Amino acid sequence: MESLIGGLNLILSPEVGLALLVGSIGGVIIGAIPGVGAAVAIAILLPATFALEPIVGLTMLLGIYGSSMYGGSLPAVLINTPGTAVNALTTYDGHPMTKRGEALRALGLAYGASFVGGILSILALILLSPVLAKVAPMFGSREIFLAALLGVILVVIAHRGQTFAAGSLAAFGIFLGTVGLEPVKYTQRFTFGFEFLTSGVDLIVVVLGLFAISQAFVLLVDPDHAPKSQHVSGNMFKSMLGVFRHKRIASAGSGFGVLMGMIPGVGEFTAQFLTYTYAQKTSKTPEEFGKGSPEGLVASESANNAVPAAAMIPLLALGIPGEALTAMMLSVFYVHNVIPGPALFRDHLDFIYALYIAMILLNVIVVIFVGLSSNLLMKIIQIPTRFLGMTILTLSFVGVYSLRNSVTDCLLASAFGILGLILKRQNLPVVPIILGMVLGGIMEVKLRSAMARVNTPLDFVDRPIAALLAIAIVALLVLHVWGIMRERKARDPEFSHDHDIHDSQQG
Amino acid sequence: MSRIKTLQDLFRRYRRPGDFVIAFLSFAFALFLAACLPFQITWVEGTALFAQPAFWPSVAIALMLVFSTLHMIGALVSERIPGRLAEVVQWIKAIEYGLWFMAYVFLVPVLGYLPATILFTVSLTFRLGYRGWKWSVMAALFAVVVVVLFKTFLHVKIPAGAAYDLLPAGSIRSFLLTYL
Repeated sequence: MESLIGGLNLILSPEVGLALLVGSIGGVIIGAIPGVGAAVAIAILLPATFALEPIVGLTMLLGIYGSSMYGGSLPAVLINTPGTAVNALTTYDGHPMTKRGEALRALGLAYGASFVGGILSILALILLSPVLAKVAPMFGSREIFLAALLGVILVVIAHRGQTFAAGSLAAFGIFLGTVGLEPVKYTQRFTFGFEFLTSGVDLIVVVLGLFAISQAFVLLVDPDHAPKSQHVSGNMFKSMLGVFRHKRIASAGSGFGVLMGMIPGVGEFTAQFLTYTYAQKTSKTPEEFGKGSPEGLVASESANNAVPAAAMIPLLALGIPGEALTAMMLSVFYVHNVIPGPALFRDHLDFIYALYIAMILLNVIVVIFVGLSSNLLMKIIQIPTRFLGMTILTLSFVGVYSLRNSVTDCLLASAFGILGLILKRQNLPVVPIILGMVLGGIMEVKLRSAMARVNTPLDFVDRPIAALLAIAIVALLVLHVWGIMRERKARDPEFSHDHDIHDSQQG
Repeated sequence: MSRIKTLQDLFRRYRRPGDFVIAFLSFAFALFLAACLPFQITWVEGTALFAQPAFWPSVAIALMLVFSTLHMIGALVSERIPGRLAEVVQWIKAIEYGLWFMAYVFLVPVLGYLPATILFTVSLTFRLGYRGWKWSVMAALFAVVVVVLFKTFLHVKIPAGAAYDLLPAGSIRSFLLTYL
């Protein structure tokens, strides 16, 4: 309770309030624009937040993360174009409802479900935090090493059909993280005699290149088009209440969101899939799913919005980010010399609570904002795509150049921009590079300190959590191979699948 | 387009034209890094394997080699998807915008943040095919908003332009040097 009040005190400042407002409203707008997602916005704003207090900077970034999916459901429902990747499933039921003339009802359900998913997940985590604070200190070097390894493995095998490419990209990320003057024995690693490589390849430069600049290039290279317009009329707030007719599904969505959000690398998609399947299996009208079922819509939107709060758990409790956005947030901690990990949960529970309270407030602000401004938002998002590309490129400059006014950084970021463009056009993921860079660094440090006390390989897993993690890793690999073999036997024709589900996973 | 049927489908990705090129390039890059291994890292005597500074780069490069080799074999034995050359041309086209970006980077310290940004947004908007004064005004307005937001309010670290020094000394010049 004390920590909760301490947390309240932390966020009751005008700076945090302003950051929350800017982050949440900005996040909705950015999420609603197809082609720009939370990742682009967070990458661009990251360097600007370094000058702010950690709680202020993190609140703004969390605001963008948590609210972008609200915004993303708007074009998903109205014009069949998901605003962010995790709104793809929303189009399946949301758009058919719009076509039936139920646009207001569909949007209200999407917003309502997002709100319920967001709030329930945060409440669950506030209740869980004292437990996590007890479990987190059980993670020593070897457990954190194994958890990071699990994260890398998950991100690789999560990209089915492109596992080899994802593996080589993750390895490339690990390699990038090792470049420069190594801090223990002071030897040079892959600097090729260049002065600028001695300090290593900056994570922010890579992030900005791969997420922001590449997205600008993608939009600039492709032919111009602008999202079409669609008007909604009626009382949005009243329509949002419709979600309470689907309390069971919204709660299930939040539950799956919390569980899946905590596991690195899997996040929103798995939570959505499990909730959607559960909703369909228990529905009285399962045949309606995919043709405009309100239950399907609620399942999709409640599950994805429950993930951001949960995704913060491995980051805060163990210092291990599970996906790109939390990896970016990790750098905010590093800049302020706060190393997230078990100690943060044990000693600064008020800080954790402050973040959760901020997330509750964020959901309230966003729901009011979207309730009032759906038509305005539809106008804003009609920016032609190439013009949008120009604006992203202009904003990326601020991000890269303000780091240390280095032309080399800008050159590197553009090179990563081209790499990102190629990967996105190839339908290959950029996230493994970022996670490889971050988790690789963690693995190096933790393995070194863990091995000091390990004599035989079995010593490594003689503690319960280490053993559990090791079993999870082995089981995952076995299941993955088994799954591939089963798939080969079934031999589904390629065209029977939705090839473009990941297309919008660009920002 | 059929709907998602299994959990695996949600995570599945499919090959596109140009898959072989990227597989080949990543294999060649991994090979190049592997060839550099003996010269670019140091094995320190009397240090355990896991604490060696050379350990992780070696592991990473070995994994890159293994995975990119498998990727390339996969691309070689798969059916060729037409449209490879057209795809690679698109990649090369992106370099033009990389050059635009770098030109902007070089212009900022010379002209100053605000003038360089206006010049960049307006000329790039024109290059992209948006003609007419309305687009130019929108681009210029966007530039002003970005500069005011980041430099004037958030005080991000961007040096003042050399061109500002040419102005007569006075309050306008010092305002420009500090805020724009």
